[in-house]
Amino acid sequence: MFKKLTKSKMSGWDWAFVICNTTFLVLFCCVTLYPVLNTLAYSFTDGSEAILKNVHLVPRKFTTSAYKKIIFEMTGFRQGLIVTVSRTFLASVLSLAANALLAFVISRRNFIFKRSLSLFWVITMYANGGLIPSVILMTKLHLTGTFWVYIIPGLVSAFNILVLRTYMSSLPDSYEESAQLDGAGHMTIFARIISPLCKPVYATVFLFVAVYHWNSWFDAMIYNRLKPQNTTLQYELQKLLSSLTQLNPTADSSGKTANMTTEIQVRAAATIATMLPIICLYPFLQRYFVTGLTIGGVKE
Amino acid sequence: MSTIEKDAPALKSKLNKAEVKRQRVLLIVAGLYVVYGIIFYYLPLFGWIMAFQNYKLKDGIFGSQFVGFKWFKFLFDDKTFLRDLRNTLGMGVINLVATTVTAIGFAILLSEVRNVMGKKIVQTISYLPHFLSWIVVTSIVRDAFATKGMINELLQGLHIIKEPISYFMHTKYFWPIVAISNVWKETGWNAIIYLATITSIDPSLYEAAAMDGAGRWQKIKHITLPGIRSTIIILLIMNIGNVLNAGFEVQYLLGLGVLKPVSETIDIYVLNYGMANFSLGTAAGIFKTFIAMILIFLFNFIAKRAGEERLF
Repeated sequence: MFKKLTKSKMSGWDWAFVICNTTFLVLFCCVTLYPVLNTLAYSFTDGSEAILKNVHLVPRKFTTSAYKKIIFEMTGFRQGLIVTVSRTFLASVLSLAANALLAFVISRRNFIFKRSLSLFWVITMYANGGLIPSVILMTKLHLTGTFWVYIIPGLVSAFNILVLRTYMSSLPDSYEESAQLDGAGHMTIFARIISPLCKPVYATVFLFVAVYHWNSWFDAMIYNRLKPQNTTLQYELQKLLSSLTQLNPTADSSGKTANMTTEIQVRAAATIATMLPIICLYPFLQRYFVTGLTIGGVKE
Repeated sequence: MSTIEKDAPALKSKLNKAEVKRQRVLLIVAGLYVVYGIIFYYLPLFGWIMAFQNYKLKDGIFGSQFVGFKWFKFLFDDKTFLRDLRNTLGMGVINLVATTVTAIGFAILLSEVRNVMGKKIVQTISYLPHFLSWIVVTSIVRDAFATKGMINELLQGLHIIKEPISYFMHTKYFWPIVAISNVWKETGWNAIIYLATITSIDPSLYEAAAMDGAGRWQKIKHITLPGIRSTIIILLIMNIGNVLNAGFEVQYLLGLGVLKPVSETIDIYVLNYGMANFSLGTAAGIFKTFIAMILIFLFNFIAKRAGEERLF
């Protein structure tokens, strides 16, 4: 009813605004989606066909050969996928457990070192040693060249602790108090009382960590460049893309060989393959991301 | 980052034996985390000493020779470093301004949409690029701006340009391309907080303004913008410290060949020269942190002076 009332009151200027605004937002969506859909179309277009004329949204001479190639022929890519899946899964589970436990300790109202422990972690958000001291540390700890260099150093992060702590502090104390009266220890309270109540924020932190690990490549380049069995998917993609860029800086030089034309298609397929899991999942999980961002960001 | 501290003074526990015993599990857990934090976060800070030494891996921090501010002096005499500092600050500021303005604009326009379903769809699409890695995004950008890419195709189709432009062959296009990449990737995501703030503005303000005959533009100018002002300022202060951190991935991945003079940032400098000379790399890293701290405190101070919301 209210809606109808406002609609009937809309003036000519309002209509003009609504039309312009809608047009703009539709254009915005096109600009966001088009490059991705374009890459998708290239990944299904036969390479020699793509070089003749630009592909837009519809693939020409439809073929799935590029996907077959990256899955069955490019061992580096497959290896990278295995490493990335394992690292994403392990790091998300372990980081969530580690951060949640620490957030639980910090959020206990009468914990003796509540303030100093918070400060200890907040400092790490602003002051960091930089790249070189970290590289030396990883070498000294014998983590360089191992899979664990992806998991251990980033296990606890101040930002995630803050998000979790804020959520835990907002829970009513009565649950904990009654559990304490029943003789439950701190660990029982954490596992049985607090954690079940924190499911939404746990999902948020899990997803933040998972996306970070899925997309990371810099640590693979720095620490595992010489260990092909430990490189990540994104780093393999980067190697694939840069080998092509060096061959052919503007992606359209005149000396086209059959091999290079298929590279365009392979590269599009590899790009699509690395983003596929996230694209499929994020629309269903977006409310958790939004929750985390609003808790961890600005609060009134 | 203020959180509501619920401690009442009466509940504040004293450091007595009974309390320590009662909290022993918490204390053990906290202790383990402190050990972890010291190793992985505070030891690298200790490594800053290397910047004042001729650090050699075989001699270690305790055996290497101290050289005072030698490496910092070296940095300020190094034309490459000064050029990279300029690039870092230049691109950092442009990116910060561009992404903030587009995020605010997008949030305001989206908040004007009454159709709930449409709003949801647009917002979901707008997050998409945020979840893609910079590897993927730079690959898309490289294709889009290629000689035969979609940008040239579009501009030629609209008869704005006659000949295709080789964007990656001229240094003047690089900073705008970096800004466009950042805007494309982060506008929707950055708008989330602004949208949440706009939603929390008291609707009665808009109703009262409508009674007084205010139009849409006036409502945006006098209610929406003032309503999100403190959020804008806090986010600006928080992000200003990251201006120097933001200059790595996109520049490293896109700024090849002839673009090096305008694309190389401090982080790339550290990667290129610091891996061979640890002391120099550490000094450049310290310098970066130092500038970031100055920027945060400076902006916080300005905000305080202007009577605005501030971070601390």
